[in-house]
Amino acid sequence: MSKTVKLRKGLSINLIGGAEEVISKSSVSKTFSVKPSDFHGLIPKMVVKEGDSVKAGTIIFYSKYNESIKFASPVSGKVKAIVRGEKRRILEVLITADSELSYEEGSVTKVADLDGETVKSMILSSGLWPMIKQRPIDVVADPSKQPKAIFVSGFDSAPLAADLNYVLKGRGDEFQEGLNALAKLTSGKVHLSLDGKGAADASLSSAKGVQINTIIGKHPAGNVGTQIHHIDPVNKGEFVWTVNAQDVALIGRYFLSGKYDVRKVIAVVGSEVNKPQYFEVVSGMNVAELTSDLKSDNVRVISGNVLTGEKIEKDGYLGFYDNQITIIPEGDHLKFAFTEGWMVPLGFKKFSNSRLFASKMTPNKKFALDTNTNGEERAFVVTGELEKVFPFDILPMQLAKAAITDDIDGMENLGIYEVAPEDFALCEFVCTSKIDIQDKIRKGLDLIAQECM
Amino acid sequence: MKKFLEKIVHKQEPKFAKGGKLEKWNPVFESFMTLAFTPNITTKKGSHIRDAADLKRTMMTVIIALIPCLLFGIYNSGHWQMVAETGNRDLVFWADQGTKIVNGLWIVLPLIVVSYGVGLTIEFIFGILKGHSLHEGFLVSGMLIPLIMPADVPLWMVGVATAFAVIIGKEIFGGTGMNIVNVALTARAFLFFAYPTSMSGDKVWMNGLSDRLAGGADNLDGFSGATALGDAASFMSYKPVFDSAEALINNYSMSDSFFGMIPGSVGETSVIACLIGAAILLITGIGSLRIMASFALGGLATGFLLNAVGGNDYFDLPAYYHLLIGGFAFGAVFMATDPVTAAQTSAGKLYYGFFGGMIAILIRVLNPAYPEGVMLAILFMNVMAPIIDHYVVQANIKRRLKRLKTA
Repeated sequence: MSKTVKLRKGLSINLIGGAEEVISKSSVSKTFSVKPSDFHGLIPKMVVKEGDSVKAGTIIFYSKYNESIKFASPVSGKVKAIVRGEKRRILEVLITADSELSYEEGSVTKVADLDGETVKSMILSSGLWPMIKQRPIDVVADPSKQPKAIFVSGFDSAPLAADLNYVLKGRGDEFQEGLNALAKLTSGKVHLSLDGKGAADASLSSAKGVQINTIIGKHPAGNVGTQIHHIDPVNKGEFVWTVNAQDVALIGRYFLSGKYDVRKVIAVVGSEVNKPQYFEVVSGMNVAELTSDLKSDNVRVISGNVLTGEKIEKDGYLGFYDNQITIIPEGDHLKFAFTEGWMVPLGFKKFSNSRLFASKMTPNKKFALDTNTNGEERAFVVTGELEKVFPFDILPMQLAKAAITDDIDGMENLGIYEVAPEDFALCEFVCTSKIDIQDKIRKGLDLIAQECM
Repeated sequence: MKKFLEKIVHKQEPKFAKGGKLEKWNPVFESFMTLAFTPNITTKKGSHIRDAADLKRTMMTVIIALIPCLLFGIYNSGHWQMVAETGNRDLVFWADQGTKIVNGLWIVLPLIVVSYGVGLTIEFIFGILKGHSLHEGFLVSGMLIPLIMPADVPLWMVGVATAFAVIIGKEIFGGTGMNIVNVALTARAFLFFAYPTSMSGDKVWMNGLSDRLAGGADNLDGFSGATALGDAASFMSYKPVFDSAEALINNYSMSDSFFGMIPGSVGETSVIACLIGAAILLITGIGSLRIMASFALGGLATGFLLNAVGGNDYFDLPAYYHLLIGGFAFGAVFMATDPVTAAQTSAGKLYYGFFGGMIAILIRVLNPAYPEGVMLAILFMNVMAPIIDHYVVQANIKRRLKRLKTA
């Protein structure tokens, strides 16, 4: 019953600085951070205090509105600080790591011998549950809801993304066990989508107990939202859960080892990195060590990819869901219109999905793009450009407008339940009017969550 | 040059910044600054990199696409001014080029200056009031307005019409991107209804003609300054200028109409110049092929339908001929495709264009009060575009609801 989906729309942005296939082990960094802001809409209730000792896997806070959703410390050590912002909102919990990690001991059990409820409660109490996200709204899954399917994307098509075939190589057992666990959580199917462009690694392609689908096309073919839309779309009242492929392996590892062991492989990439490559790290680590060998100083460090990632400081922390650190130049300087600005005569060096620049004639060329918006924000003027990079049977501009105007009926009708902000990342990229569409969609989703869920 | 400008910007910026002496004038400063430089605005979150295309380049490309029409319009205006002076309609087109170009510039440049001058002033005032820099939409409108005026139109009228179009047609709706109807056509429609004698008839298309006629110039006995459309419209009156469609075509030959060597609004006459513009818009992907093609198709289909019905000489005018005369080509390429006022959905664009072309020809042929129907057709379709989009959107919604039922 596997499906093959061919996408005509989309845009692959070729950037300089792809990771070489080398994995270095990062030395264990001193501090780690768990950021409630990684989990949209979460209001944390602290369990630990500053100065408490924790092990890897010790619950440090839980969700105020859903106490069963718990969050664990990635390492063992001491709670260094609970950083608060305005109105005492918790921004991050900093943990100083021990030199030798010790783990909360769980029981080693085969998923196959467990029933769904047990699997669910084990994942919940382990602190791994936040890895499972839900559509609609794109937040941590509500464990009381029944998902009609669970989607795992077996490839990441975002610019400079970590190659999951490489990252998961040799970890087929963990990945399979993770899939087994997910299969227990739904009465429907677990879907694993693979890239139609090349053969997947055996750890992915030999997965069992799941429906393996093939997606052929440009980015956002690897986005789980695109895959859901074309394979088993979300309608109002339905829930679909999604998990990152590497997180599936971490869930599997938990069942195999009984430990909350969130070591993972990430890619450090981008045009400003001298040696783009892979690193084995622990989730939530301080990235200062990874961002030390750069070509220039004025850079943007992004936890995640250039389209959806979060801006962090050079000594910031890796986000919970992120599999890559991208470092690109800042664009905070004036660009003279005729030489590098909007009026360059031809523009072989300016990347654009429109045909306004000659760079369109060299589709395989790689670019080093900076963070300049390349123009000022305007009202929507150009039509038809968002549709070119949005492979959904949804009208992107109309949905964005409904979100901007808080039109709940409009959003519901136009398909807000199926989308996440990340699905609009390319729309935001190509928008001639430089509108922050992802942010608008997120606000729309918040309104829907508040009024309709 | 770059360094020099950068220095100026850095020196002047603090004065216009918040709390600076000239804070109020910041929108004006910013407008000029962003002409010379793509500003140093960076992304905050979401997509950290952005496409190189912005509205400035988009609009600049449209202006470039208008240049062939502008250049031809200048020459053509000079030519017909000479015709009006000599009273000889059969004057050789490609002769006395120098004089014609100079005269043409004298006619067209003031129109452009007035249009941009009035329009940009108003845009800046609104920019200062609302605290935003110049939005680029008027850069195109300001060029379109002179190109759709008759050569003999008084300059003050252009000024009044531009002011009306910018304020009533655009700014009260919220500025660029928010207007319901095309700004340039609003200017033209304003004059068309407010000062009809200066906008249509057979005296306005050649610069100086109305004055010379009023002054009783003796070499103009029996001279007609009419356009092909004016003569065609006379088929519907008691005294047609020509006694058959064939006679009309013989007078305004196909090649003359195609190259644009006929009287008409400044920039609209040359189909080939419009086609060059269309090519630029299509290659760069700014103009919608769907709209252009369906507009032409709508016009052709209606022409064929009228041919089939027959009955009078205007009905018998070959369908393709409608596309060559008047503002049909110009309207299809530059007016109907305005992304803000056209239908915004892909399917909607097809309906929008087709009905636009159809109504343009229907007005031309069936309503002798209005020799040219393109302007009215596009304005009408601008108003209808949201309704067309509404049905396209509803179809999309229904399709997704159906998915729920079949699943």
